[in-house]
Amino acid sequence: MKQALEKIVAEICDSFGNDRTRLMDITTAVQRRFGCVSDSAIDLIARAVKTHRVEIESLVTFYSFFSKEEQGKVVIRLCDDIVDWMKGYQQIADALVKELGISIGETTSDGEITLTRTPCIGMSDQAPAALVNDVAVTYLTPERAVKMVRELRKHLDPHQLVTVLGEGNNSNPLVHSMVRNNIRQKGAVLFADFESGTALKRTLNMTPESVIGEIKASKLRGRGGAGFPTGLKWEFASKTKADRRFIICNADEGEPGTFKDRVLLTERAEMLFEGMTIAGYAVGAELGILYLRGEYSYLFSYLNHVLETRKNSGLLGNSIMGKQGFNFDIRIQLGAGAYVCGEETALISSCEGKRGDPKNRPPFPPQEGYMGCPTVVNNVESFCCASRIMIEGAKWFSAMGSPRTAGTKALSISGDCRRPGVYEVPFGTKASDLLELCEAENPGAMLIGGPCRQMIGPNRFGGIICYDDLATGGSIIVFNKARNKLEIAEHYLDFFIEESCGYCTPCRVGLVLLKKYVRKVVSGAGEPQDLDKMLKLSNMIVSTSRCGLGQAAPNPVLGALNNFRELYESMVSERKHGLQPDFDLTSAVVDSELFVGRRSLYV
Amino acid sequence: MTKNKQTLTITIDGKKIAVEEGITILKAAEKAGIYIPHLCAYKDLIPHGSCRVCSVRVNGRIQASCVQTVSEGMVIESDTAELLEYRRMIVDMLFVEGNHFCMFCEKSGHCELQAMAYRFGITAPQFPYLNPNRDIDLSHPDVFLDHNRCILCGRCVRTSQELDHKNVFQFVNRGHKKRLEVNAKGLAETDLNVTDSVVNACPVGALMKKRVGYEVPIGNRPFDHASIGSEIEKTEGERK
Ligand SMILES: Cc1cc2nc3c(=O)[nH]c(=O)nc-3n(C[C@H](O)[C@H](O)[C@H](O)COP(=O)(O)O)c2cc1C
Ligand code: SF4
Ligand code: SF4
Ligand code: FES
Repeated sequence: MKQALEKIVAEICDSFGNDRTRLMDITTAVQRRFGCVSDSAIDLIARAVKTHRVEIESLVTFYSFFSKEEQGKVVIRLCDDIVDWMKGYQQIADALVKELGISIGETTSDGEITLTRTPCIGMSDQAPAALVNDVAVTYLTPERAVKMVRELRKHLDPHQLVTVLGEGNNSNPLVHSMVRNNIRQKGAVLFADFESGTALKRTLNMTPESVIGEIKASKLRGRGGAGFPTGLKWEFASKTKADRRFIICNADEGEPGTFKDRVLLTERAEMLFEGMTIAGYAVGAELGILYLRGEYSYLFSYLNHVLETRKNSGLLGNSIMGKQGFNFDIRIQLGAGAYVCGEETALISSCEGKRGDPKNRPPFPPQEGYMGCPTVVNNVESFCCASRIMIEGAKWFSAMGSPRTAGTKALSISGDCRRPGVYEVPFGTKASDLLELCEAENPGAMLIGGPCRQMIGPNRFGGIICYDDLATGGSIIVFNKARNKLEIAEHYLDFFIEESCGYCTPCRVGLVLLKKYVRKVVSGAGEPQDLDKMLKLSNMIVSTSRCGLGQAAPNPVLGALNNFRELYESMVSERKHGLQPDFDLTSAVVDSELFVGRRSLYV
Repeated sequence: MTKNKQTLTITIDGKKIAVEEGITILKAAEKAGIYIPHLCAYKDLIPHGSCRVCSVRVNGRIQASCVQTVSEGMVIESDTAELLEYRRMIVDMLFVEGNHFCMFCEKSGHCELQAMAYRFGITAPQFPYLNPNRDIDLSHPDVFLDHNRCILCGRCVRTSQELDHKNVFQFVNRGHKKRLEVNAKGLAETDLNVTDSVVNACPVGALMKKRVGYEVPIGNRPFDHASIGSEIEKTEGERK
């Protein structure tokens, strides 16, 4: 057994050239093969890639898809996002717990099945959902969950759970998934037809500088949420002096309620890879990396196949489309369950085979990114837009949208609505129009941009989708009037606490403290001044945290405090006798009473 | 041969100072006799930017001064009520995150966290204690590691790597579960030596030498007499 471990780990490390920067791939392979990355495996990997064991341990313990303890042959990760809760998470969890005879976080005694939970897996439009190893199981009900477990017990093969296939490429044999695209509205940029090579052909007839000029003129802004002008980013990277440059596509899509990148990866892979190649040409890069979140690993083989096909048809590799001196290749880097890795510098750390700790900024990636070289990091949708711009031209693109935000936006809409799914709409679309499109049911609030942004009430449904008003990386969750907004805020605070990388004090400790205040208030033990304390603490975390995660993490609470303060206010009250409200005097003196043998007298 | 470094002008708390390009705000301030409180920044190690005590406002935005390098015309605010409040909150957070019993701690009077609290006028933390359950590693013959007092500043991690050219320490886990780990089952099994620079790198009483306790009696220790940062501010006085 020990020899087998030694041999197999050595083989795995070897297949990645014993390269320390490929530790994510090595660790993923070991985890899949053995159901864990044990202490012995950690030692073996460290020896093979010539580093210290604690460095490997540091990586393994960072990502939630890796574990040091052995997991079951099948791992069921139940998605516990708020949308799944709204659609019956609790009943499904109860059914699974009962059927398996274990609690969440445990493995059956025969070592076969592990049950655990995971934040949003990008299936909110078909919630409740779960990942069973790398198979996505959607539209769960308690009955289906029980049936699933009974089947798994027979064959332990999650792939056999897939009987009805989703539409489009979900039914491609290399994907073979029940996941549905649910594309509800197609726009001119992303979901119009696309023919491989057309964008690249026009690109290669231009100089790299004029390609950047074209992207700048299109007024394209990053679709991942922050909205940085894409052309400008490419220009920075191209102008930084360096021998090597890199293009990275951010397909981490971790913002709860976002799933449009999943659909783009499924249906527009060619367009995405072409966009990355265009960027490669424009900034002078030789390698592109697609950082694919671990949750989407069921798309890995298909995407790799698309890359192969592109290579074979001269759209990737050396002298692309016959252009001498233009060599560009793309590899896929799988993530392993860490929301913070969507932050571009954490993503770069992860690509380098490290913990997903964000880096200090500045320097920004276009100055110093992957391996210290200038790097362009863009969202999936941004690269797709770049392809379309190179076909239709900057003017065509910038004519669409709102005055200050050009083009269209792919939105993932889910929650209390009859038509959840992906909508490509022009920037400038009103929130109220979206509610109509998705057939929202008695809407009382919308979470626009996921928990890292803010929840709005009906008084702002007239706002428009764009970077200057209701900004979003794509997530839109609709809540009906009956939903408890404070519960939602607390749920997402828990999410950020779990997903913090723990590097800096305000985020690592501050969020846990914020949670204590929220609990106190929600449980009815709060005093009026607690609300001010919450506000002060939240502002401090926003202002002093090191990366975008901590800077946004108090937003669910801040949003509730700012927009729905009366809800919190109704729960707090002044205390009598000057006692701390969460201090229970009676129980605190029990031990002493026992010791002295008599009851204490107090008011 | 060193390149000719340009001189830039920046303003800290209304005071114009000339600084050389490429250095951090923290270092620039220090040279000018202005103390910006800091914990994870240490000597010439690569700055970590994790404690956030050194936060200042740079052209209106809050930044960690130990990481941010200077640029021409930068306007920096450090000594403001807002920032003092934030720094206090951070120090409080570090106290409640671990288990710090200063009155029984050998580091008292040498401890930078305690000294910072005194400088900020903190007598008791404003936050509830988190009372974590943490271990002590006593395995090494000459050095011990008390995780109860560790503030996750990474000074040991970097000192071991950058000055000792070893790799004795690293962080494991993430978020509020993050903790320090050593490169073996216990400190004794690592290549840590009591003469390594890392043994003196810890700002608090987490990584300590054995058998030298109370060599300097309490009462005669540096922070018993002068507040942390005063050595930097003194330079300024002498310059005047
Ligand atoms: C905590 C955090 C998570 C993020 N997650 C994502 C993500 O999943 N996908 C994404 O494209 N950008 C994400 N971002 C934004 C990226 O840092 C970066 O701005 C983006 O990838 C740049 O691409 P764009 O300009 O094309 O939008 C995240 C940022 C933060 C702070
Ligand atoms: S803000 Fe949070 S996620 Fe970002 S570096 Fe700090 S601890 Fe890590
Ligand atoms: S042991 Fe000391 S130096 Fe190391 S991280 Fe903890 S507090 Fe910092
Ligand atoms: S001293 Fe700058 S963040 Fe710690």
